[in-house]
Amino acid sequence: MNAWLDRLNRSRPNMSSPVRVVVAKPGLDGHDRGAKVVARALRDAGHEVIYTGLRRTAQQIVDTVRDEDALFLGLSSLSGAHNHLFPRICQLLVAQDMGDVIVFGGGIIPHDDREELHKVGIRAIFGPGTPTSEILQFIEEARNMANVGVGGSSDWLWSSSA
Amino acid sequence: MVFISVGDVMAIEEFQRAKQGSRRDLARVLSMIENGTASFLDQTNVDKNRCMSIAITGSPGVGKSVLCDQLLTHWANAGFNIALLAVDPSSPRSGGALLGDRIRLKSVDDASVNERIYVRSIATRTSSGSVPLIVRDMAEVLHDVGYERVLIETVGAGQAELRCAAVADRIVLVEGPARGDGIQAEKAGLLELADAIVVNKADLDGAQKHFDEIQESISLEQDEHPKMFLVSALEGRGTEHLSEQLLHLPSTERAKKSRIFQHLLAAHEQRLTQHPQLNDVLEQLLEGTLHIEDALSQLNVRN
Repeated sequence: MNAWLDRLNRSRPNMSSPVRVVVAKPGLDGHDRGAKVVARALRDAGHEVIYTGLRRTAQQIVDTVRDEDALFLGLSSLSGAHNHLFPRICQLLVAQDMGDVIVFGGGIIPHDDREELHKVGIRAIFGPGTPTSEILQFIEEARNMANVGVGGSSDWLWSSSA
Repeated sequence: MVFISVGDVMAIEEFQRAKQGSRRDLARVLSMIENGTASFLDQTNVDKNRCMSIAITGSPGVGKSVLCDQLLTHWANAGFNIALLAVDPSSPRSGGALLGDRIRLKSVDDASVNERIYVRSIATRTSSGSVPLIVRDMAEVLHDVGYERVLIETVGAGQAELRCAAVADRIVLVEGPARGDGIQAEKAGLLELADAIVVNKADLDGAQKHFDEIQESISLEQDEHPKMFLVSALEGRGTEHLSEQLLHLPSTERAKKSRIFQHLLAAHEQRLTQHPQLNDVLEQLLEGTLHIEDALSQLNVRN
């Protein structure tokens, strides 16, 4: 009941207000061109993007999402550490009562690794070559759906083109 | 009649939890203020002797973010709870914004102090005359839930940004070397609003000269001078002294009056931009069927 009221209360302003998205680079990974391209595309689509900068820990990213009241979290990794870092971030979000935050990922993430990442609540993984328009479509669709947060009960997933 | 909806009850509950220290709820309360879906001003009771909001303003690239980072660290170490509201412009074309102030903030990553530091990025959003008042309301709520100092970081260019600074209790103007002569600073209209002027980047050539020029310029006309500081935020030189001084910075009478005028303009602008007949009046002005004086009376903004 309480969660339902919560969703009601949260969804009302979201319809007309810009979506707030945190774009984060977890771990020891100095490559942020992709993250910056995505951040810019989101801005140009009218969203408010908070970019964390490089080499953040899981806890720092979760704290940023909390303080900035972001609805979406985009994680970028090109270092191969996604199997360790992405689930850690998702677990922290759920543990800190932020299961309604919608998480997506991108970077060099082999197809074989994606199922495990979807299992921890990541709704979309975008590989190299994904058109930015596809990420925007994902945001539009996901923001209007219920229970697609990292701790949400829906089994909805975005099937990405790359 | 006071109408209380489900949303209002939720809002009040979230505000109560924010007061008990829940940052998740605090962030949501600030979003409600930002989106205009709830107001908490009738719920707050701020002790102005204990709390103070300080605007840090200046041109892009003078080092406001790095300076704010130093202030956050010094004050948090001194046992204060500090919030930073980092205001950045929205893109006028798309309405979106890229908010990157966190990249330069090391203090929020420092686990020994970040429990006492709250940072929030704010986009000015397009054509909204209400940003300065939103920032003011956010600062009130932050004071009320226990943040004794609220820093408002804003680019000192453009009306909305200027007024965001003006709603703060104090204004600190940040300058840097190689930004033209002292006259440039005066032209911007910010000197008269400032309670303190910080010349940053003392590690670079020309900072001392710029400091001297501004000091000479303000000594010519005012009998009540803003305090002046020369620091290097990058090297941490002079920032400890600065943070001690800014913590209890007194305001000059002249700055107070300029600030309250900007405050009045902000409230006026908000009323104008949110007037239900604004679009009709703009159409009529466009067609030439209405005189600007009549437009003003129609919008009730003159007597």
